[in-house]
Amino acid sequence: MALETSVIQNKLIEKFGLQVSDFVQIHDIFTFEVTPDSIVEVMRYLKEDPTLRFNFLTDVCGIHYPDYEVNRQFAVVYHMHNWIDNVRIRIKCYLNAENPEIDTVTDLFLSANWQERETYDFYGIIFKGHPQLKRILNMDEMTSFPLRKEFPLEDGGRTDKDDRFFGRTTQNR
Amino acid sequence: MSDLLLPPEKRYANIINQRRNEDGSELSILNLGPTHPATHGIFQNILLMDGERIVDGEGTVGYIHRAFEKIAENRPFYQINVLTDRLNYCSSPINNMGWWMTLEKALGVEVPKRVQYMRVIVMELARIADHIICNSVLGVDTGALTGFLYVFQYREKIYEIYEEICGARLTTNMGRIGGFERDWSPTAWAKLDKFMEEFPPIWEQFENLLTRNRIFMDRTINVGAISAEKAISYGFTGPNLRAAGIDYDVRAMQPYSSYEDFDFNIPVGKSGDTYDRFCVRNQEVWESLSIIRQALAKMPEGPYHADVPDYYLPPKEDVYTTMESLIYHFKIVMGEVPVPLTEVYHAVEGGNGELGFYLITDGSRTPYRLHFRRPCFIYYQAFNEMVKGQMLSDAIATLSSLNVIAGELDA
Repeated sequence: MALETSVIQNKLIEKFGLQVSDFVQIHDIFTFEVTPDSIVEVMRYLKEDPTLRFNFLTDVCGIHYPDYEVNRQFAVVYHMHNWIDNVRIRIKCYLNAENPEIDTVTDLFLSANWQERETYDFYGIIFKGHPQLKRILNMDEMTSFPLRKEFPLEDGGRTDKDDRFFGRTTQNR
Repeated sequence: MSDLLLPPEKRYANIINQRRNEDGSELSILNLGPTHPATHGIFQNILLMDGERIVDGEGTVGYIHRAFEKIAENRPFYQINVLTDRLNYCSSPINNMGWWMTLEKALGVEVPKRVQYMRVIVMELARIADHIICNSVLGVDTGALTGFLYVFQYREKIYEIYEEICGARLTTNMGRIGGFERDWSPTAWAKLDKFMEEFPPIWEQFENLLTRNRIFMDRTINVGAISAEKAISYGFTGPNLRAAGIDYDVRAMQPYSSYEDFDFNIPVGKSGDTYDRFCVRNQEVWESLSIIRQALAKMPEGPYHADVPDYYLPPKEDVYTTMESLIYHFKIVMGEVPVPLTEVYHAVEGGNGELGFYLITDGSRTPYRLHFRRPCFIYYQAFNEMVKGQMLSDAIATLSSLNVIAGELDA
């Protein structure tokens, strides 16, 4: 691996200081946290810096952590990939539960468009500046955000099925 | 409010009025889908047309959304395999193996070499089946039914091999954590050998029918082209990206399941158009055949599953007679297996691109979060830009050559 993770870490800390934190290697992917207001700048830097060269946005997805403190109840996770040095990184942005908002990265990567729409669709995370932030897989009339943990998988009134022992329910997390 | 948030038919009605007043042109709206046979899946495209030419389009997806990510949060790990079948159902073994490998990475399970080679064989068979469908149906969409009839029989032969291996054909639910549910029967090996012998001449015939066919070339060259830069930005992976000239392949970049042991080329195209996508897939079938041949030649001896009693079901006979097996059986079926607190991302080269699994565990019996990186979903958003300014019939060929599978797109 030509690009060492320590280089990534040092360069980011030098440029962004406290806005990037919690660097950790989880299995084969180097992971760190970025404050939501600096995500676009961090990603632009990662993409355009001549040594970092993270040219590909692999994946964008959301996570809901209802048990965390209120400022960290939602997370948007970005996976980026440097194809030249073949290094993957994972960026996490924790968002406030009452007002989950983050800037869009569609200006940097066109592929973020639908992925951010999907994240909005399932978690209600608002991507500020997104050109077309509307539902994508669910129907437009839907009012809830189905991948949030409080959303039950099945109609709670069903009595013919007892999944308690097999999976996670809203009571049995 | 941005115009783009309006339903496309309203947005286009405004444009039609505007253009009529401006220069008297008569645009019209065409609703393609959701169940149009030429779209091979359930997508709706609302197109703004100027005669036969596409001015603009907007796709609606999600018609077969089945909430896999939500279901996955409520099911024990081994039950999620059946969900992955139904993503790209043209090459479900790749999805299955990808899921097991993700889990094995999270659980720290070492898989025997023999299992890795067997996995390579089924994954490459699945890739061949996937490319057979895509390329032959592209032929059908451009008016050549014959090639389709020649090769589709061999997809059936591949399904027969699956059937010998796991009992199922389309949605295979193949494998377990650490290996396969049973060793492959002699019939399975025999069928595989027969396929390896009979299929190459047929594929050659198929290529001869289309590759230098004047009509086919006229219908596909320069149709639905995308530049390499655009393709990367749009998140293209797999054959569609390689057709644009980028040799990115997960099998070579981050070899999994012992792909590093095999010698294969990564075919690339040049212009990223429909013809190049077709040619790249054709070539990939030859590479897959070569990989299978190498795997068969080098197939090591050994067990067909890893020795991980915590995760791998004991033989059924033992469950009735030995206490230990009974306990393991019970614990595995109830999902009470030791799961570390971790998160992993594992990618495999699916039939149409990088299929990634992002798994977060919290030590309980189900994933805390499971996200599928579905290549179709990501690159299908480029479709409307690719067909802008082209004829309607070109759009059909482009869609077909992109190999968009509704099951994967909608999850």
